[in-house]
Amino acid sequence: MGNVLVWAESRGGELRKVALEAVTAARRLAGATGGGEVHVVLAGPPGIAARSTDLATHGADVIFLVEAPELATFAREALAATIVGRARAGEYRAVLLGFSAQGRDLGPRIAARLDAPIATDVLDATPAGDSLVVTHPAYANKVLLSLAIAGPLAVISVRPGAIAAVESPTSARTEAIALAAAPAAVVTVTEVKEGAKGRPDLGDAPVIVAGGRGLKAAENFRIVEELADAFGNAAVGATRAVTDDGWRPHSDQIGQTGRQVSPQLYVAIGISGAIQHLAGMRASRTIVAINKDKEAPIFKVADYGIVGDVLEVVPALTLAVRQARASG
Amino acid sequence: MKIAVCIKRTPDSESRFRIAASGAAIDDTGLKFDIDDFAGYAVEAALQINEKAGGGESVVIAIGPDSVQESLRKAMSMGVDRAVHLKADAVPADGIAIAKALAAELQSGGFDLVLFGKHSFDSSSAVVGTATAELLGVPCVTAASELSVTGGTGVARRELEGAAELVSFPLPAVVTIDEGVARPRYPSLKGIMAAKKKPLETKPAQLGAARVTVQKAQLPPERPAGRIIGEGVAAVPELVRLLQTEAKVL
Ligand SMILES: Cc1cc2nc3c(=O)[nH]c(=O)nc-3n(C[C@H](O)[C@H](O)[C@H](O)COP(=O)(O)OP(=O)(O)OC[C@H]3O[C@@H](n4cnc5c(N)ncnc54)[C@H](O)[C@@H]3O)c2cc1C
Ligand SMILES: Nc1ncnc2c1ncn2[C@@H]1O[C@H](COP(=O)(O)O)[C@@H](O)[C@H]1O
Repeated sequence: MGNVLVWAESRGGELRKVALEAVTAARRLAGATGGGEVHVVLAGPPGIAARSTDLATHGADVIFLVEAPELATFAREALAATIVGRARAGEYRAVLLGFSAQGRDLGPRIAARLDAPIATDVLDATPAGDSLVVTHPAYANKVLLSLAIAGPLAVISVRPGAIAAVESPTSARTEAIALAAAPAAVVTVTEVKEGAKGRPDLGDAPVIVAGGRGLKAAENFRIVEELADAFGNAAVGATRAVTDDGWRPHSDQIGQTGRQVSPQLYVAIGISGAIQHLAGMRASRTIVAINKDKEAPIFKVADYGIVGDVLEVVPALTLAVRQARASG
Repeated sequence: MKIAVCIKRTPDSESRFRIAASGAAIDDTGLKFDIDDFAGYAVEAALQINEKAGGGESVVIAIGPDSVQESLRKAMSMGVDRAVHLKADAVPADGIAIAKALAAELQSGGFDLVLFGKHSFDSSSAVVGTATAELLGVPCVTAASELSVTGGTGVARRELEGAAELVSFPLPAVVTIDEGVARPRYPSLKGIMAAKKKPLETKPAQLGAARVTVQKAQLPPERPAGRIIGEGVAAVPELVRLLQTEAKVL
């Protein structure tokens, strides 16, 4: 029987979506290892306790609550030390967290300190004999690896969006624990710059409208924004050609060296479909491409392609989407 | 400053991959290998930091078979001063094992800064740099998209989902490098000649047993072939109809 420990990721006092996905993954793993419990570390600034309800709804048996003002920003060393302390205090089969910007940072810290093996960015995790087996996309999503993790304790991070959060209500017990001390030399957050408000993050958005060099000029990105607005729930992405030229910030870049996304709908506007761009978006459910070159490689992966000038087709599409949503 | 950069040698990302007969690796035949993309950015960042400071030493370190020496030489032809090859028949899938071997080498090196790529193309795990920092017991900034160092202090920017974090940290430290810091320079002919005479030290990698192993490697299912539904503005109504009735996303 194996209990599983989860770090419920939060930022600025809000739970992140991947926290509930990690709890769902932990619930499954604990079940598969013979009916263990799911223990969750919920750490944040004072007031974070209110987020316990969501964790209980998704199957947390015990919530270890850490409220500390220093957690208003990402206190990586103290957080890692707190999770490590908790992991040592119980007998856990695994420590689970999300493969997000914060989770990517914390996972290896926790594994190194516990001297536990780690697998990151996994799509699933199941026990197989004495090992845990995970599926991990490697080679920029071009190869799927099954990794066996040996040993009594493993650290595993799950790919955001890969495991849908499922409700499994419990009557969770909450126990307050202290924030562990950080070492003397640490990374200090001096400022957090919030991105553009009013749009979902690329990782959360069901629809992504992405633009490439085919838009010709930074100001033409307006038509990408307008199409995103027409969908209502869309994020805006870009190719490296566009971020290199400074039309959009690097954080908008999708691809091998940018964000990896898998929305319900991906609309590629004036994007050629270079292999490094495809590496970041080919897992999208439906792909639409608009490009004036019918030989552009993006059409090889597009479920629906339109050959044409983006400056003409996109405004027409924006209008049609607006109308469809207004009448639908 | 004394800067170490840990570099991995990985296949070209443009390659078409096939699965090896073992079923648990890719087939290397015919693949081009080079310094991993993010590790290349890290090499460039190290060179620029020392150029800006007007001096210092840079060292590249790689674990792997003899073929990694080609990548170490390439880094030296870009301007790195010397190289250390930690010999191993193969690079394990266990990031902690790699980190232990690198930490054992770095421990006594007296480095002010140790740079890594934010993740490697082949294992795509984003483990080794941060784990090495923990083993060395020094501060670590992951996935820095901007980095500068003055005196004994570094400042960096990190992208979060929908936000960015500006951080400062004392040296010695580990930083893992994201795109945005520096696109690597091409080696000059003079650099290539000079690199032949630069020191490359070889010793065994202290890897230990791997606890993470590849059981199976597979190619992901192909997407169905793409379909062009029409040309120009005239195709828009059909697209909207398909998005509503077939894809059901509208
Ligand atoms: C190591 C490495 C990593 C990389 N990582 C990434 C990454 O993470 N993400 C990424 O995106 N790229 C990445 N790249 C770059 C990638 O190889 C391509 O250069 C890039 O994706 C091209 O961007 P693009 O499609 O916007 O531009 P282009 O390739 O220039 O394509 C523009 C397209 O617009 C079309 N077009 C032009 N005018 C019009 C018009 N009026 N109407 C309609 N269509 C028009 C053209 O037909 C063309 O297909 C990487 C490259 C390397 C070497
Ligand atoms: N075999 C290796 N030799 C030297 N450095 C490595 C090796 N493997 C990984 N690294 C470093 O660790 C970074 C992250 O790799 P990974 O954790 O595999 O994603 C790489 O960008 C390199 O800087």
